[in-house]
Amino acid sequence: MWAILSILVENKPGILFKVTHLFRSRNFNIDSISVGVTENPEYSKMTITTYGDEKQVEQIVKQLDKMIDTVKVEHLDEHKTVYRELSLFKIKLSNANDSMEINKLANAYGGKVHDVKKDSIMVELTATPDQIQAFEELAKPFGIIDVARTGVAALQRSGA
Amino acid sequence: MESMTGAKALMTAMEKEGVKQVFGLPGGANLPMYDEFARCDIRHILVRHEQSAAHMADGFGRVSRKPGVCFATSGPGATNILTGIATAQADSAPMIAVTGQVPVAMIGRDAFQESDIIGMANPVVKYAFQPRTAAEVPEAVKKGFFIAETGRPGPVLLDIPKDVQTNKAEMIFPDEFKIQGYHPWADPDIANVEKAIDMLLHSEKPIILAGGGTIISSAFAELQAIAEALMLPVVTTFKGKGSFPENHPLSLGPIGMHGHAEANKMMAEADCVLAIGTRFSDRSVGTFEAFEKRLKIIHMDVDPAEIGKNQTAQIAVVGDVRASLRIMVKLLLQRAIKKTDETPWIKHVKETKAYWKENLKLHPGEMGAAKILRKLRELLPKESVVTTEVGQHQMWASLFYDVIQPGTFFSSTGLGTMGWGFPAAIGAKVAKPDVPVVDIAGDGSFSMTENSLATAVLEDIPVIVFLLNNSTLGMVAQWQRTFYDRRMNGVDQGHCPDYVKLAESYGAQGIRAQSMDELDRAIKTALSSDVATVIDIPIDPEEDVLPFVAPGTSLSDMILPS
Ligand SMILES: Cc1ncc(C[n+]2csc(CCOP(=O)(O)OP(=O)(O)O)c2C)c(N)n1
Repeated sequence: MWAILSILVENKPGILFKVTHLFRSRNFNIDSISVGVTENPEYSKMTITTYGDEKQVEQIVKQLDKMIDTVKVEHLDEHKTVYRELSLFKIKLSNANDSMEINKLANAYGGKVHDVKKDSIMVELTATPDQIQAFEELAKPFGIIDVARTGVAALQRSGA
Repeated sequence: MESMTGAKALMTAMEKEGVKQVFGLPGGANLPMYDEFARCDIRHILVRHEQSAAHMADGFGRVSRKPGVCFATSGPGATNILTGIATAQADSAPMIAVTGQVPVAMIGRDAFQESDIIGMANPVVKYAFQPRTAAEVPEAVKKGFFIAETGRPGPVLLDIPKDVQTNKAEMIFPDEFKIQGYHPWADPDIANVEKAIDMLLHSEKPIILAGGGTIISSAFAELQAIAEALMLPVVTTFKGKGSFPENHPLSLGPIGMHGHAEANKMMAEADCVLAIGTRFSDRSVGTFEAFEKRLKIIHMDVDPAEIGKNQTAQIAVVGDVRASLRIMVKLLLQRAIKKTDETPWIKHVKETKAYWKENLKLHPGEMGAAKILRKLRELLPKESVVTTEVGQHQMWASLFYDVIQPGTFFSSTGLGTMGWGFPAAIGAKVAKPDVPVVDIAGDGSFSMTENSLATAVLEDIPVIVFLLNNSTLGMVAQWQRTFYDRRMNGVDQGHCPDYVKLAESYGAQGIRAQSMDELDRAIKTALSSDVATVIDIPIDPEEDVLPFVAPGTSLSDMILPS
């Protein structure tokens, strides 16, 4: 099971280390992680995605909850949550047509094109990890030069 | 508000917490704190190695249930206490470790005797503070003690940079404070306790498994009331040893790798277990899968993260286990449940127990482990506190030293730290100066912290070291005999000191006991002396601890003495 965890922590140095260390020491894996300060500068929010069976995810949540620096830990229901990841793809342009094709592909996924050069183009895509994965598959034949992904940020929908 | 240095604020805050003594060793980075000992009422007990300071604080904490305090300088002093901190964490013992640190401006520059002790210790502490200004010290101390002793207790590290110790600030000693993300207590769910009673009543072979949490929360009276009301046999984990009087007819003693045969047998036959304050460690239950397959589990624990970590429970009650058990006692009274007749299960339990008391093969020699430890039991007043080191002697203590007064037996069960028992005994004696305190030791373990004899003599803390001397790292030797075809590598202690002379050279008392008569006299002499005593008891290096549940097997696959 893929799980999205939303973790509100005190905005103090060293806490990211403690949270990631907890995953390592408890033998859990981090699939993606993103961190940013919240509307209240006292807190940061981490969004961590991970894989595990139900028991494992429950245990991760409990262990995170037990940490003194974590204020609130939630296992978000994927279906009641808006979750997005930002990705940047640098893609090779081998012939005159490629640029147009990649533009179309980017459009289809709601992406934006930046930094168009003679032999490369950059696409910015904000989407779910699945969609980014799908885009990557389709972009592969052109030749992917470099990729950067931010990890998922997630918020539960209102009334959910 | 009063202006004072960080070091003075530290001492003042600790006095407010009721600290009467600390265990430690000074160095450059904690000198400003040491300077304050001259000006406060806190006694400083000097150790010869910081690891022992942490173990002493640990022993003090386990006995008094108040955090013991240890002091170390930065760098090597701080790294030396790490083993002691990790040991306390593994056994949920309350502790405050105070380390010096290089001045704030030097942090991160590989300064002399700098070590990132916060980074190193984080995985093995309950929490760590590094105040960056003097004014932060009082609140850090207040929060530190609160965190260390509440909920599931544990060690807290206070790492204080040298300039934070010397700088002055207007100090506020808060009575109230908030730690947002810390919820040490949950109220036990009464409905679940009710369900637990029903489940126990409807089981044919119910049993109680009491773990260390039972001792930590002093739930002794409640445990006994429930066992007697429901006629439940009681097994313990090793850490829970002595949470229930081991001379009680319903007591079966510890289960696990080196548990009692009767305890492992009955645990393996039970159909429902009331598990109290235990993490179901692999040492206690063997393979997790085999353990939960045949059992309905009711799990009570203060730490919600323990529920479902190692074993899946049908009913979970989160909260201080004493509070949970009190609710259970109350409900039993309300429902007027008191079983008086002996069930077929209890009859079977008693027969099994009697069988193994009669038929467990013991070492034939005069100085076999069982005889030695039973002699100690016979002569020690029941309120005596016993600690152990780690090895065969520890497991023989588990098997043959019956704890009669609950909460008087302590061991490094989680981390299994050799060298823990002797300094822990010193800490225990400081907490309870009026009862005899005995460390049941092996020669290998004792060698690791024997220099604490200096502390025991210098500081007038008379504990007894009951040294089962087989001149070998016995437990490892046993594994090599059993699993490695007698390839005995690295276990012969060869050049052991003469422990009688060793004790004497420290100004302590050394007595050798080579027969039961000598042992009898030695114990009596030690009990009536006011100086630390080492009783050196030579034993057969080939004696094994049996029964034995080999790692990776289940409790029903016990290896028995042949
Ligand atoms: C610090 C530490 N190092 C190594 C071990 C591994 N170990 C476990 S038992 C044991 C032998 C203990 O020997 P001793 O204290 O003489 O006790 P005995 O088994 O002979 O009774 C060793 C080396 C340990 N538990 N702790």
